[in-house]
Amino acid sequence: MDVVSKVLMNSALEAQNYKSITVNKHIDLEYDLGTLLAVDTNDFDEKLLRSNTNDYLLDLARDNVQLLLNRIWELPTERVDEAIVVKLPPPKTVLPRCKPVPKPRPLTKWQQFAKEKGIEKKKKDKLSWDEQLKKWVPLYGFKRAQAQKDKDWLIEVPGNADPMEDQFAKKAQAKGEKVAKNELQRLRNIAKAKNVKVPRFGLTNPDVSSAKDLQAAVTVAKASTASLGKFQDKLPQEKEARGVAAITPGASRKRKLPPVSGTQERSENLNIVESVLNKKPKIDIEKAVARQINQEQVERSEEKKNERPKAGRGGKKRSNPKPKSGKGQRKGKTGKTNGRKRR
Amino acid sequence: MKRLSEERTKILFEKLAKYIGQNVKLLIDRPDGLYCFREQKDRVYYVSEKILKLANTIQPEFLISVGTCFGKFTKSNKFRLHVTALSYLAPYAQGKIWLKAPAEQQFLYGNHVAKSGLGRISENAEKYQGVVVYSMSDLPLGFGVAARSTAECKHADPMSSVCFHQADIGEYIRSEEDLL
Repeated sequence: MDVVSKVLMNSALEAQNYKSITVNKHIDLEYDLGTLLAVDTNDFDEKLLRSNTNDYLLDLARDNVQLLLNRIWELPTERVDEAIVVKLPPPKTVLPRCKPVPKPRPLTKWQQFAKEKGIEKKKKDKLSWDEQLKKWVPLYGFKRAQAQKDKDWLIEVPGNADPMEDQFAKKAQAKGEKVAKNELQRLRNIAKAKNVKVPRFGLTNPDVSSAKDLQAAVTVAKASTASLGKFQDKLPQEKEARGVAAITPGASRKRKLPPVSGTQERSENLNIVESVLNKKPKIDIEKAVARQINQEQVERSEEKKNERPKAGRGGKKRSNPKPKSGKGQRKGKTGKTNGRKRR
Repeated sequence: MKRLSEERTKILFEKLAKYIGQNVKLLIDRPDGLYCFREQKDRVYYVSEKILKLANTIQPEFLISVGTCFGKFTKSNKFRLHVTALSYLAPYAQGKIWLKAPAEQQFLYGNHVAKSGLGRISENAEKYQGVVVYSMSDLPLGFGVAARSTAECKHADPMSSVCFHQADIGEYIRSEEDLL
């Protein structure tokens, strides 16, 4: 019994060196254990704060930390390698981030198009069963190329193709072009994202350019002389490309014609009218035929008008008298001529 | 208000020549003063010089219309005549079509002219020539393009089109907003 009381005495003496673990507060603290945060909303004791600032604040901090630790001890604890561990709940306080939010990655041209049209990406299986090879073939990557090669051990020559053409080479070339195109598009997307200027697409390759692109190229090229194309002659049917002012040297987007006097403008306009009206008429067969038909019709109607006898009875003889039976010659079959026609 | 470029002037006159032929000259060379074509927002206006000077004092964005609107240039740089040009086309027109009374309404609702509605047609109207359409009382109703030449018209099926509709005075009511 003596030993027990001694131990208790010792522990009581030891406890006197420490402060109490129970702290009284008028208003309970607000805790956010996830961030190990306790917020004390109680008022300061003004008198103590003035007289003994440091000690008062130290005491206050200790008390509040004690309260926080009390709360932490209430959480379920575990023992891991001789240490007592607590799992903290998720934090409630929202902390501002230190760095700005990263900007969303700019969409590629296709992504933008797909978004506009509402096209959604369909998830495809990585492996698909190939009936011909009788095995699972990956969609891309390892073993895909070999599978494709195995599949294409023979290529049928299309009916309309040149039989001497190498279909394998053709296929390889098509594939190469596809890869190149993809690469070009990838670079274009990067250029777009970084706002880099690249030469206009379409003027680069004359083999695949449209007439419009070529016209634009001609217009730009003609203006690209030291005197901005002032002394370049125009071809008879040549038209200037429109909408290329941005890339044409010396062209401003909105160019006004210089003001001229009204009379001068009129004479200029008259010249243009002359040139429009004096265009050499092409021989229009349809028109010629229509005119011919019209003329014939007019002639015929004139003739009819002249021929038509005046109305009224009189001794005028018909030019073509009504045919009468039994008169005139018979044409055609000879032989049985008499008797009425039986139907 | 700006002057028409040479290219556009040419396009405009080519279009006008389809309707009034040589008489385009009369529009430019008038005894009663100077008249000119001006362009704003791709619309072409036919204005006398006097009014143009007055109009120049107004800021372009506040100017809705000046003189007579002849039509507009499309995005593909073709010229399209509006009904408002009718008062200048009608007196000089070379191809003319007169409509029977029942066909008038049909035309004024924007339909093509069928052979059955054709009252009279000027002689030697060519195929695809611009024609002005009149009522039988010589009131200009609009204009269009002859679908058949005069000679072909005589033998045409009564239901077949004789003239393709382009513009009519019914548009003043039907498309009031789009006219300017």
